[in-house]
Amino acid sequence: MQDLLRRYGTGLTGAFILLTAFWLLVLIVLPNLYLLENSFRPYLPRADMGGPLDTYSLNNYAKILTGDSPTEVFGFTVVLPVHVKSFVLTVGYSAFVTLISFALAYPLAYYLAKVVQPKSLPTLFLLLFVPLWVSEVLRSFAWFIILSLKGPLNFTLLGLGIIDEPIRWIAGYQSIVIGLVYTYVLFMLFPIYNAIQSLDTNQIEAAEDLGSPWWRTHWRVILPHAKPGIASGAVMVFMLSAGSLLVPVLLGSTDSNWFTQVIQQWMFEAQDWNTGSAYAFILLILCTVFVSLVMRVFRVKLSDIAK
Amino acid sequence: MSAGIDLDDVCCDFGSFRAVDHVNVSIQPGEFFSFLGPSGCGKTTILRMISGFTEPSSGVVRIGGKDMRGQRPNQRPTALIFQNLALFPLMSVADNIAFGLEVRGVDRAKRRARADELLKLVDLPGAGDKMVSQLSGGQKQRVAIARALAVEPAVMLLDEPLSALDLKLRQHMRAELRAIQKRTGVTFIYITHDQGEALAMSDRVGVMSHGRLQQVAHPRDIYDNPANGFVASFVGENNILTGTVAERGQGMAAYDTALGRLRARMDAAAEGAVKLYVRPEHMRLSESAGAENSVPVTVGDIAFEGNFISVQARADNGMVLVAELRNDGTGAMPAVGARMHMSFDAARAAILPDETAAGA
Ligand SMILES: Nc1ncnc2c1ncn2[C@@H]1O[C@H](COP(=O)(O)OP(=O)(O)O)[C@@H](O)[C@H]1O
Ligand SMILES: [Mg+2]
Repeated sequence: MQDLLRRYGTGLTGAFILLTAFWLLVLIVLPNLYLLENSFRPYLPRADMGGPLDTYSLNNYAKILTGDSPTEVFGFTVVLPVHVKSFVLTVGYSAFVTLISFALAYPLAYYLAKVVQPKSLPTLFLLLFVPLWVSEVLRSFAWFIILSLKGPLNFTLLGLGIIDEPIRWIAGYQSIVIGLVYTYVLFMLFPIYNAIQSLDTNQIEAAEDLGSPWWRTHWRVILPHAKPGIASGAVMVFMLSAGSLLVPVLLGSTDSNWFTQVIQQWMFEAQDWNTGSAYAFILLILCTVFVSLVMRVFRVKLSDIAK
Repeated sequence: MSAGIDLDDVCCDFGSFRAVDHVNVSIQPGEFFSFLGPSGCGKTTILRMISGFTEPSSGVVRIGGKDMRGQRPNQRPTALIFQNLALFPLMSVADNIAFGLEVRGVDRAKRRARADELLKLVDLPGAGDKMVSQLSGGQKQRVAIARALAVEPAVMLLDEPLSALDLKLRQHMRAELRAIQKRTGVTFIYITHDQGEALAMSDRVGVMSHGRLQQVAHPRDIYDNPANGFVASFVGENNILTGTVAERGQGMAAYDTALGRLRARMDAAAEGAVKLYVRPEHMRLSESAGAENSVPVTVGDIAFEGNFISVQARADNGMVLVAELRNDGTGAMPAVGARMHMSFDAARAAILPDETAAGA
């Protein structure tokens, strides 16, 4: 703050602060507060708004518990409300997307940070970034084409003789998982890359010098050092996946139903913004709780991530 | 337990740059051997070739007589202490020390016991549960040594381990390292650019310049009988005189300089460009001219250094000679501006070639 004042003077500093405050307040806090307030009010015809029926309640939140749907889980039949099931699957598959992203990003991040010659780094990063120049919608459509029954993926696999029958990729949640991993894996890669990059290479060599095989060096030296990076990557990928609408809409199959799609159905198909808002807050709050729990299990502090 | 090391015509190239140039040396089991040289002369590269992080471009490294080509660092019986120590900051002191044992599948209780034992050996008892960041520089140093000793290496490799410490601690750790080496009997290969360190601690010293080994000898011989001008001037101070050899024979030579004809030792094998080197402590200052190697001078600056007095004197042609006179406690000091004679024994001066060329 002192620093800003010294560098830019009172006028410009004031302008920065006002703009930031405007951004936060008008574009983020106020709309959310508006939705929050709405989520406690019933969905009413215009004439009844503000009338005796317009009272605060948790009815909109309770709607998620209605409409049972029996589900097979590992051979057991579990009866879950249909929207709860959608929520659980969304969280579960988002966690799965996070896991796969980590499995893909960690080796690549290590390779980029410690193995590659520094002079070829710019080229490699460029290759990683190129896909981002294309809009997310187009990239998702591209995956839709790649994964379609008579698409290039099946064509290639059949041609190589790896499979005999074309695989129905766009089924259940698997195409969503593929699409989400593809869309968000870089959010995992960069924090891990930064973390590993900051590790003194001598520590890796010291471990090897003491006789450590490569896997133990990763387990005892590199992974612990990269933990904050992994945590922030995981939080980002998880939250973005759970909150993604585009990928599930474009790559979803007939029997997938991402929780964001449910919210969208409430808001735009049922025109019930009140219930839609309530669902959105359920997603936000429960995902935050889930992330905090996982962070506690892995003993990661919020302050580690912010670094 | 300890092993000898042979470097057999070892070279190391980085692109077109030769960092280590035909190094040949045989280090005995249990020896304290130092590589001494200015920064950038290839010392670390030699250490990395012995520990296996860098493969020689040509030549062979043998440890205990065994060819090490193709052996990874985790397969060699060496333990390297890095210039920056490279302790693991996320592990406790005990876990750091026991890491090598953990790798070898030793169970937790035994590991801990051994770590505590080693902490006693390096004079840090009870520090096992601390984190590395809670230790001072000297303590970290000890932990790094303990961590390396834990794997019972046949050879310890130390890369300027004391350079980050302050002077007092450095001198204390010198003695400590030497004592640990004697106690364990492990071969120590020690790297330093500090001549005092190398001379004080080592059984033998290898002096390096530009990737080449200039001389391998006992510290005393490095100082008293340097093989060439580089060794003479890198280790200790000198008065250096240029001239031409007039006569030579029987290990001595007459050398014509601007200060007249001087006599000094000269190796029969020496050839090429040579200079005459005399240590300041071998210079004498007297009222009357000496029998040989005597130069009339005018006394200039005098610096009282405590145990010796450093005298700068100007010869008639303007050349400055330096003498270090022992402080005998009588308080006698030459007077500034006095006309006196500076002289030295022919046996204490040497006519030496410049650095040796590759393969010498
Ligand atoms: N990996 C490397 N790639 C290129 N040049 C290197 C590399 N390692 C060392 N060098 C060069 O080799 C020379 C010797 O380096 P080094 O062995 O570290 O010297 P010292 O330890 O004696 O200071 C230096 O000029 C250094 O720049
Ligand atoms: Mg070095």
